[in-house]
Amino acid sequence: MTHTHDHSHDDHDHHHDNELDPFAARVRALETILTEKGLIDPAAVDAIVETYEHKVGPRNGARVVAKAWADPDFRDWLARDATAAIASLGYTGRQGEHMQAVFNTEDTHNLVVCTLCSCYPWTVLGVPPVWYKAPAYRSQAVINPRGVLAEFGLKLPETTRIRVWDSTAELRYMVVPMRPEETGELSEEELAKLVTRDCMIGTGLPLRPGSLSPLALWPATGEAGTAP
Amino acid sequence: MNGPHDLGGQMGFGPVAPEVPEPVFHADWERRALGLTLAAGALGAWTIDESRHARESLPPATYYAASYYEIWIRALEVLLERHGFVAADEIEAGRPLWPGVRPKQVLHPADVARVLARGGPCNRPVEGAPRFSAGDRVRTINEHPTGHTRLPRYARGKLGVIEAVREGFVFPDTNAHGKGENPEHVYTVTFDGHELWGKGADPALTVSIDAWESYLEPA
Repeated sequence: MTHTHDHSHDDHDHHHDNELDPFAARVRALETILTEKGLIDPAAVDAIVETYEHKVGPRNGARVVAKAWADPDFRDWLARDATAAIASLGYTGRQGEHMQAVFNTEDTHNLVVCTLCSCYPWTVLGVPPVWYKAPAYRSQAVINPRGVLAEFGLKLPETTRIRVWDSTAELRYMVVPMRPEETGELSEEELAKLVTRDCMIGTGLPLRPGSLSPLALWPATGEAGTAP
Repeated sequence: MNGPHDLGGQMGFGPVAPEVPEPVFHADWERRALGLTLAAGALGAWTIDESRHARESLPPATYYAASYYEIWIRALEVLLERHGFVAADEIEAGRPLWPGVRPKQVLHPADVARVLARGGPCNRPVEGAPRFSAGDRVRTINEHPTGHTRLPRYARGKLGVIEAVREGFVFPDTNAHGKGENPEHVYTVTFDGHELWGKGADPALTVSIDAWESYLEPA
């Protein structure tokens, strides 16, 4: 290698990423070729990784949802022009250029999928989880959404309409769940802590006040720019 | 193309198996795969449509056996070869052997934040008014192009309703093949579960796709 990486390593990483893993070696060789040919700057690769590992994640989306719960004017704006409303909170860019917010109601539950690849609203949710990109979810979400939701522990009444959004074009969808009961006194900041990543995909519901912190449910996108 | 990527309604892939809690990356090479794919994309030599088509053109057995970042890297190798930046023997050798095509631009670290925050908007002005309006009944075309398309198989030849008229967007079916952006109006089209999946469908299911105008006919 022509440079040194400065990344966090945990045991899990070492288990998968060692010199014996042929795919890790293949990626490393490709990076070497591209670097030596002057096609990429490894420091730019580092900056991209840093962005999606530590800066852009579902806490962005949680702030959007909390504001929509707390502020009816923002909710209307989000329904009318989600790209602009979300940009007003500072979340813009790649895989969030054309946003749509879809709102759960008493009788309709929304679920987002990309059956053809892995389209996902990166600006508000970060990079997608493995299951979102894998064949089981992509194949079943459009034909058997209740079965999929059950795998996430979510059982909806049979009378609840399920509205599945297949992201086949460049529109990126985020679900705005219903505000949980008994949250009338909470600030936007406290409300955001109830908003899990999965409830913005549609595979979950928001937490109730006093239940488990979403910090335990989210990927480890800590630090600056993402704290609730 | 009717490739391995077109998964809607397929069966037999097992449980979804959500992972709680889930790390953003499961191995260090996944970090590099994400960064390399985006940094190489910033060379400006191919479009997002061409890169999607490179992924779905992997052999089905390869596609289904691969994790998503692995699919990205395999497709990136194809794109780098196609555009002359890297040769097959270099990937085989794991080191550079030839000069290759010089890039128009290279992503510098100082520009990463700005480039990612700007993204790559695909909306474009379209000449002429949209052919359809919200509430119109439409039927999707039943075509099976060998090239790139974003009309999934499960939604071909189906009756639906225009739910929303969106902006004009770059047409992926041509753009993926270097045949121009040819923007068209895009519509969100809803289908009743029974129309897609027959009598056994969930009676309370509605599915939508986002469809370019040429995917639709009046019904």
